Amino acid sequence: MSLIETLARMEAVATGRAAPLATVRHRHLSEQPLVFVPLTTAGEAGAPLGALVGTDREKPALLAVPQPRNRDLRFAFLAELAESLLPYVDGFADVVEWEERKETDPETGKKVPVQVELCADAPQLIVPSAAGIDFVRLLGRSMRFRRTAEQEPEAPYPAPPHVPLLGRWFTHFGERARVPGASLLLSMTGLLTRHWATGQSLLEDQHLGALLAWIDPPARHPTSTPRRQRSAPALQGVSGRAAAERAESARDADGRLLCPPAGPATDPAFDNRLLAPAMARFDAGVPGAEDEIHGLIESQLRPTWDAVWHGIDLLRGLPPGARVADRWKRDRWSYTAHRDRVRAGEPPQPRRDDAVTAAQKLASRETAQAQLDAQEALDDPLVMAGRRLAGEALEGTVTAVEMAFSEGRRPMPRPLVTLRTADRTPLPERAKLYRALPDGKTQTAEFVAYAAEEPGALVVRLTGGMGRGRTPEPGSVPEPDDAVCWTLFEHAPRGGPELPDPEDTPWTHGGPPGATGAPEDTPDTATAEDFL
Amino acid sequence: MSVPDARLPRVNAFRDSRHAAAPPAEQPAPSPGLRRSLTALRGAGVRPRSLDARALAALAANPGCRRRALLDGAGIDKGALAQALGSPATYGQSQFAFVRGNSFEARVKADGGADLLRLLHERLRPGTPPPEPAAVATPDLSAAGPEGRAARTALALREATAAGGWALLDHPMLAVEVAGSPAYVEPDAVVVHPDGGWTVVEIKSFPMIDGVADAAKVGAAARQAAVYVLALETVAGHVAARTGREVRVRDRVLLVCPKDFSNLPTAAPVDVRKQLATTRRQLARLTRVEEIAAALPPGTTFDLRLTDDGRATRPPEELTAAVEAVGAAYAPECLAACELAFHCRKRAREDGAVEALGRGVRGELGGLHTIEEVLAAATGADVPAADTPTTDTAAPDDPAVHALRRAAALRAEALAAAADRSQEAECR
Repeated sequence: MSLIETLARMEAVATGRAAPLATVRHRHLSEQPLVFVPLTTAGEAGAPLGALVGTDREKPALLAVPQPRNRDLRFAFLAELAESLLPYVDGFADVVEWEERKETDPETGKKVPVQVELCADAPQLIVPSAAGIDFVRLLGRSMRFRRTAEQEPEAPYPAPPHVPLLGRWFTHFGERARVPGASLLLSMTGLLTRHWATGQSLLEDQHLGALLAWIDPPARHPTSTPRRQRSAPALQGVSGRAAAERAESARDADGRLLCPPAGPATDPAFDNRLLAPAMARFDAGVPGAEDEIHGLIESQLRPTWDAVWHGIDLLRGLPPGARVADRWKRDRWSYTAHRDRVRAGEPPQPRRDDAVTAAQKLASRETAQAQLDAQEALDDPLVMAGRRLAGEALEGTVTAVEMAFSEGRRPMPRPLVTLRTADRTPLPERAKLYRALPDGKTQTAEFVAYAAEEPGALVVRLTGGMGRGRTPEPGSVPEPDDAVCWTLFEHAPRGGPELPDPEDTPWTHGGPPGATGAPEDTPDTATAEDFL
Repeated sequence: MSVPDARLPRVNAFRDSRHAAAPPAEQPAPSPGLRRSLTALRGAGVRPRSLDARALAALAANPGCRRRALLDGAGIDKGALAQALGSPATYGQSQFAFVRGNSFEARVKADGGADLLRLLHERLRPGTPPPEPAAVATPDLSAAGPEGRAARTALALREATAAGGWALLDHPMLAVEVAGSPAYVEPDAVVVHPDGGWTVVEIKSFPMIDGVADAAKVGAAARQAAVYVLALETVAGHVAARTGREVRVRDRVLLVCPKDFSNLPTAAPVDVRKQLATTRRQLARLTRVEEIAAALPPGTTFDLRLTDDGRATRPPEELTAAVEAVGAAYAPECLAACELAFHCRKRAREDGAVEALGRGVRGELGGLHTIEEVLAAATGADVPAADTPTTDTAAPDDPAVHALRRAAALRAEALAAAADRSQEAECR
């Protein structure tokens, strides 16, 4: 946690309300996101208990498994899930725009421009918490290697149609969620903690109800039980804290948490006192037991469902950052690419990435992280303030500009700019500096020297972003009294050198793919007994 | 073994002071004076709770907490104490997870542990002759009380090691010294190899999917297993002395988990040398219970004065005072590991302690301990170093205060700029 964030948390403690960590929204929020609130059976890896799914906050679809230990009921749940999710995911596949991309021509070996399809928009899944993202991955893994009756008529226990396809999409979403800044699959706690600092620890922020209680505390508790608070006089208004503590542990007359865990794990007390007896009644064939279980599961899901939408409302109140659309475009590329793989009938994603793929994924995630860090800082003065505090950027006022030219046959403009700054950024000799120009381009410069006569003043030499002519393009050189912000980090970091193709990768690094590479998409063994 | 009589893992309340009168020579024993004072802390007639390996691992993760060391060392029921203090713990175990864990363990140990030994041989002893299922000794370890069971376990280990064959000890009982008083821990199984090596087996019900399990859960299991290895080493010393054979407690334990999404077992060796070193060091660092108990005001007790139907009749104010008499080291991580954490958190928040926001927060704050102090320093309202006169232009000496002021100024500037921008946007 950076010092600025620590300070924001302490402000939140003092005021009793969450403090902003960002002044703009740093993640894309779809016009029509699909919210998915899953629940799982405690102690079981592959036994979902229920879910609320949908794009309409008033009409979520409730899916529930009355007995998770029954394979047929689990399959029925997954089939229903595929039915309610796949139309949404596929709904973005056919509206496309055309983009030009350079591709290597296989015959001539030259780079030639080609027109490729790019989906105009992409689906966006929102789950309540980080554990929800892991659960999407887990469901993806459990479904994508299944075989339907159509694929393998002979195999026993075929999966319902579309279930393997949903598994592949879930795997794709889960994998994409590991790319920093990607927004195909987001968790509400992740979104909210990015934009607000609460007066509690990061660990406690994982509770969605408590997190929301700090950001937007309810006006008054419905039950007006006077709480004994021994608050220090300096700390006014404990509403956020009181609301968060209530969200964590308050229970109703039945012993149910008013704000159940955001899943996929359930509250153990709910399992033991309500769910287990109801399941026993279902197993015994008591009429109405199934409806009772549906009601119980909905009672645990609905508060979280409402909380996720509440969070979406709060986030929509923030203006989007200028570079968010750029990152969303990469998500659209990712969606389009997976759409193409599914259409081409490629096999499901392997169980484990081979060495070459893993290295490529890691490299691309590192680049994405560097780009995200740079873009967030450029979009948001509050994030930039953190970088300035860390000595990675400096902001100042221009006091003088002196025209100068480079030496050589074609002298280029290299103006010297003197600025005054309060930032005490340690600058090595000839440090490279970057500045965002109003038109979105980046200007480079290098640090020359600290001005001797004035503390806090320094001279930089502009080295680019001024066009090709002998005179700089208008607006590309700052003028006295302009406020400028220089960063020590690149604005569009590219990552390391490109990795070789798999065929050219030496065997020491996992390539080339030999004949031994057995197909990794063999289904999980299905046993006659339901070993769960 | 069938499901109903599968022994429950982590069953508590083994330590019974009646049996402690004649401990076997190999067990660490508390001094009579300490035992008396711990009984007084618990309250007359209250049975002590046993420390399980999970609690030990949690205790070792926060060795600076004197409160936890004392309460655990005295065998006090922290859950009931927290309830009586008005800040009950919220966690528990779902019976679904419990049943699943038990049925999985029963499956692994079925048929005299044939599956278990097959996995152990595959993962740890490839290339050696596999154990014949019929030739594996499974000694009966039942005895009265934890001391009796620990003595029985020590005897069985000695016999099995002397016999030089394979042996599977199902739920043995081991003693380990914690802060000067003995605690009894119960591994899921211990396997004796023909060469005299001993391996701890840990059976967990979280899945191993495509050969990979959740790293946090494996870490917790490894810390727990390290406690067992540590406890076994004491016994190994005695057995080696008696039998004259070299006894080695293997530092690679076998972790048995369900494979993928099924209930069929798979296993992986886990190297616990690091956890072992950590646990050993942390346990050594734990302030001795004796010293903590001696520093308490005379007459301090945590007796809840329970009625017959289990209600606490002790006034919460008295209990609070007793709990406050011994210092705690609260961090948000406690919430997942200690029953008393909600009480400690309440106090930490009321005191405005910076640790309530996270363990790492303190690092950048120098000598500032409360949120109030930090905010005052950040706004420049009150410079803590009162003896050195500071002017407005000169930065205070403390680099932490300086960094805080800079951070506060930068933050305020950015927020003001953003507010201006949004106002402009509204005007347009």
